[in-house]
Amino acid sequence: MYDGGKIIPGLIIFVLFITFPVWYNRGNAGAVPQPELPKKFKECVLPYADMRAEHMQLLNRWRDQVLRTGDWGFDVKIGDTMYQKSLMNTCMQCHTSKKKFCDRCHTYASVKPYCWDCHIAPVE
Amino acid sequence: MDKKRRDFLKIAGATTLAGLGGPAVVERLVSGTSPAQAKAAHGAETHGVVSEHEKENAPTGRRLGMVVDLRQLKKHPELMEKIVHACHAQHNVPHFPNKKDEIKWIWRTEFDKAFTEHSHYHKDKLTIANDVLVFCNHCDEPPCVKACPTRATFKTKDGIVAMDYHRCIGCRFCMAACPYGSRSFNWRDPRAGLDMNRINRHFPTRMRGVVEKCNFCAELVGLGKLPKCVEVCGSTRAMIFGDLNDPDSEIRKVLKDNFTIQRKPSLGTHPSVFYIV
Repeated sequence: MYDGGKIIPGLIIFVLFITFPVWYNRGNAGAVPQPELPKKFKECVLPYADMRAEHMQLLNRWRDQVLRTGDWGFDVKIGDTMYQKSLMNTCMQCHTSKKKFCDRCHTYASVKPYCWDCHIAPVE
Repeated sequence: MDKKRRDFLKIAGATTLAGLGGPAVVERLVSGTSPAQAKAAHGAETHGVVSEHEKENAPTGRRLGMVVDLRQLKKHPELMEKIVHACHAQHNVPHFPNKKDEIKWIWRTEFDKAFTEHSHYHKDKLTIANDVLVFCNHCDEPPCVKACPTRATFKTKDGIVAMDYHRCIGCRFCMAACPYGSRSFNWRDPRAGLDMNRINRHFPTRMRGVVEKCNFCAELVGLGKLPKCVEVCGSTRAMIFGDLNDPDSEIRKVLKDNFTIQRKPSLGTHPSVFYIV
């Protein structure tokens, strides 16, 4: 190989440079987001782990049931109370802060759901 | 190979005949009917779809409708403004002064603009002086639903022509299809036209780039309440709401006792909103 003495160190420097974020942050996942949970209520629609993993599917399902099927009733049971299938009128009644609940994880995961283009976030 | 010209012409003729007549014969054999019978059957079928009487005989499910009593609205001149305001406040309908940006779910218009098919020759004073309240007709055969490429607008099982704003791509085909001008397009961010401190926090706004219209208060009707406009009318009974398919409903009684007209009935959209003039 001609100029091997320059090419190989050059390649090594290049690889080190583009993998910089990986080795610089090794073993460190950054600050884990801490969404603020409601203090007054202990139960949610689904168990905690399911809500964390599947709340977006749940919201889509609710949307379709309400808008498409016309199923507006109070048929979600949380604890002993019945609630409507509604982001604004159910979820955000307990989770009273969008900034301290929704945004903390969404910002961390860099997802930008368009819910709030139309739905109205609680006053903070 | 000594093909004679005579043989060649015979074969050419037979092939042409087979090519022209063959498909017709095959089609008749497959369908098992002669063309005349097929046409008659098709004709009868079309007739059945169009016939208003057959429709009334075989209703399926609910079909929510409204009767607007224009006599009552004339008697209570302040009521129309109140209705419009209550509806727009309930649904966070923005107000933009520029006519081009206007969003409206329910509004007042002149009689001859609402009822274009009626004769307006030498109209009476009262009709000229009074506006008509117009809104989405929640047609039984809604042309907007047929035009929508994403099924963002659709007919619910209650007969409400509803919008799913999550799916609307803002193509405005529905606006072109609606013969009543019941739909408005959000050219601007609707929140710019709303006082965000005074909005209804139980109902969403819309976003820029979607089409919106009256939803027959699906969010209230779904909970067994009356639409906002009907609620505002209260004891004046200027607007009556109910199931057109239920022969015992109040709206059917009102329809039976009064002569009513619909907007542009000749278009075949079968509006669910009726007017007592």
